[in-house]
Amino acid sequence: MALLRVEELYKRYGREEVLRGVSLSVARGETKVLIGPSGTGKSTLLRCINRLTEPDRGQVWLEDAEITSPNTDLNRVRAKIGFVFQDFNLFTHLTALDNVRLGLLRVRGLGRKEATERAMSELARVGLAEKANSYPAQLSGGQQQRVSIARALAMDPQLILFDEPTSALDPELIGEVLGVMVQLAKEGMTMIVVTHEMGFARSVADEIVFMEHGVIAEKGPPEQMFRSPKVPRTGEFLRKISELYGESK
Amino acid sequence: MSLAFDWAWVPRLAQGLALTAQITALSMALGAGLGLALGVVRVYGGGRWSPLYWLASAYVHFFRGTPLLVQLMTIYVGLPTVGIRFSPFMAALVAMTLNTAAYQAEYFRGAIQSVKAGQMIAARSVGLTRLQAIRHVILPQALRLVIPPWSNELIYMLKYSSIFSLTVLTPERTDLFGAARDLVGRNFRYFEVYILVALMYLALVLLLTLLLRWIEERVRIPGLGTPGRGI
Amino acid sequence: MGLLVNVELLLGLIALGFVVGLVMALVEVYAPRPLAFGATVYSWFLRGVPELVLLFLFFFGPEQFGIRVSAFLAAVLALGLRSSAYQAQIFRGALQSIPHGQMLAARALGMSRLQAISHVILPQALRLSLAGWSNEFSSVLKDTSLASAIGLVEVMRRAGRITKDPRNLPLFLPTLFLVACMFLVLTYAGNAMIGLAEKRLRVPGLEMRR
Repeated sequence: MALLRVEELYKRYGREEVLRGVSLSVARGETKVLIGPSGTGKSTLLRCINRLTEPDRGQVWLEDAEITSPNTDLNRVRAKIGFVFQDFNLFTHLTALDNVRLGLLRVRGLGRKEATERAMSELARVGLAEKANSYPAQLSGGQQQRVSIARALAMDPQLILFDEPTSALDPELIGEVLGVMVQLAKEGMTMIVVTHEMGFARSVADEIVFMEHGVIAEKGPPEQMFRSPKVPRTGEFLRKISELYGESK
Repeated sequence: MSLAFDWAWVPRLAQGLALTAQITALSMALGAGLGLALGVVRVYGGGRWSPLYWLASAYVHFFRGTPLLVQLMTIYVGLPTVGIRFSPFMAALVAMTLNTAAYQAEYFRGAIQSVKAGQMIAARSVGLTRLQAIRHVILPQALRLVIPPWSNELIYMLKYSSIFSLTVLTPERTDLFGAARDLVGRNFRYFEVYILVALMYLALVLLLTLLLRWIEERVRIPGLGTPGRGI
Repeated sequence: MGLLVNVELLLGLIALGFVVGLVMALVEVYAPRPLAFGATVYSWFLRGVPELVLLFLFFFGPEQFGIRVSAFLAAVLALGLRSSAYQAQIFRGALQSIPHGQMLAARALGMSRLQAISHVILPQALRLSLAGWSNEFSSVLKDTSLASAIGLVEVMRRAGRITKDPRNLPLFLPTLFLVACMFLVLTYAGNAMIGLAEKRLRVPGLEMRR
């Protein structure tokens, strides 16, 4: 059974229809990469999955629980779904360690000692154990994003949603974040990643989903999508984006 | 518990209102002159150790750090003990002017300092003297920037003019709040009269706020000042 | 001396102003429309009415209905609520300057709205409020002198009593000067303490963005 199922999701902002019936299913351990021109609803789709944005219509299921049901305890569901933001959104007033620890203490209800150990091991996992006591403003963008990945990992999520995790980074810092994400994929973490990094998509994705105008235009394994896309727009977009961003690994 | 209002109160309160308006307007205007001078001295009056700068700073700190009521009592009750006498009106006017000048000096200083440094350099580079540069380049910009804090100060002074009534014992000529105290002294309708007076002050505050917003809008120059200030 | 009464009054009203002001700010920013509007009107009213009118209203107003309020209590209520309106403004500005992403990230971790406000938003907003708060402290301290108008025997009232005896008159001016200096010292001592707190609580990257 799929870990996550999205069925016929609709969302409009005023007159603009951002999502026009999107359906998607993610298996456990799968890495799904969402691509497409900006403004086609990729980020909105991610936010609708854990209802940071309320969808107008449609359903989202995590295993056999419907997230979109009004009876859902949203806070419990969100604790199971990690979210990594484009602009990190680390808590400004807390050190790296406290950022990772906050959810463990306040949401998971762990004791202080246990939470600290857990948080430290997650920081070590993203290679930042020695920065535990630094404040976000004292870290580079790449380091901040790695801390925010550790913050998501610490909650022991069933899947993690990445919303353009490298778009706000200087080019030389992108690699360290992608490196962590590649590692996660290898370890079998379930991930949905919105990104323009085609090198990452090509080497890590189990499936690439091409979205345009609020619908899924095409999806398939990377080899097929890059070599012989069925929809002409897909090929056009992939060529353009590969030229713009290169295929950095 | 029943409330009773009386139209007969209105003319008496209106008289008081006239004096409130008068003393607020006068002290604000005089305070603006003195405050501007102090503000300019604090920015351009030579270094930190020049006597002029030092005097202006001491003045600003003293008058901002002590209550207006203490200042008023010093002038109205204290100075006569050494032979200097003021009428109640003059005492209040002097106290309020000296007080607001200190606050306004800080607003002018802040506004002058937020004019970009390049403006002075550019003015000097076209051959203006330092004084000309201040007069024709810096101040026209600073005076626009000073409107929002100055508006707040005006409202403060309007409210603080109510301490005028603490000086006079004979209520023939008194301010809005004094007139109210005089009224309740006769009819004991404390609650109604003070609520009514509160609403009159509020109406005045609202009127002034709108007026100053309008002025600010009128003299606005694109690119000068920050958009979206909170009041 | 009577200054002690001023300090007691100050502590009472600033505490009242802090609690009410913080609640009002939270209501203004996070509560649904009608409630938030109520809070806005509340703080607008209290900021537009002279302190003296509030003092007299709270002291003499209840008396008309047979309720006696002590001068001290009336002063704490009148000046405290006035201060709450100004403090609400300071807190509201600070709350609104916290980027929306902070709330989003907290909610994404599974925190409730209340948890997010108390563990993520408020710790940042209160730090940012300290600068504005020190201004409010100064003006509240000076306002305590107004309480003499409703008969509270604080430092101004004490000073005034000297004039009762004509032989003391030459002492009056120096006394007033002394009172002024005491206010100066209190103002600067208080601000120094707030400045110290600000320094101790400082977090890199968290400054008031102007």
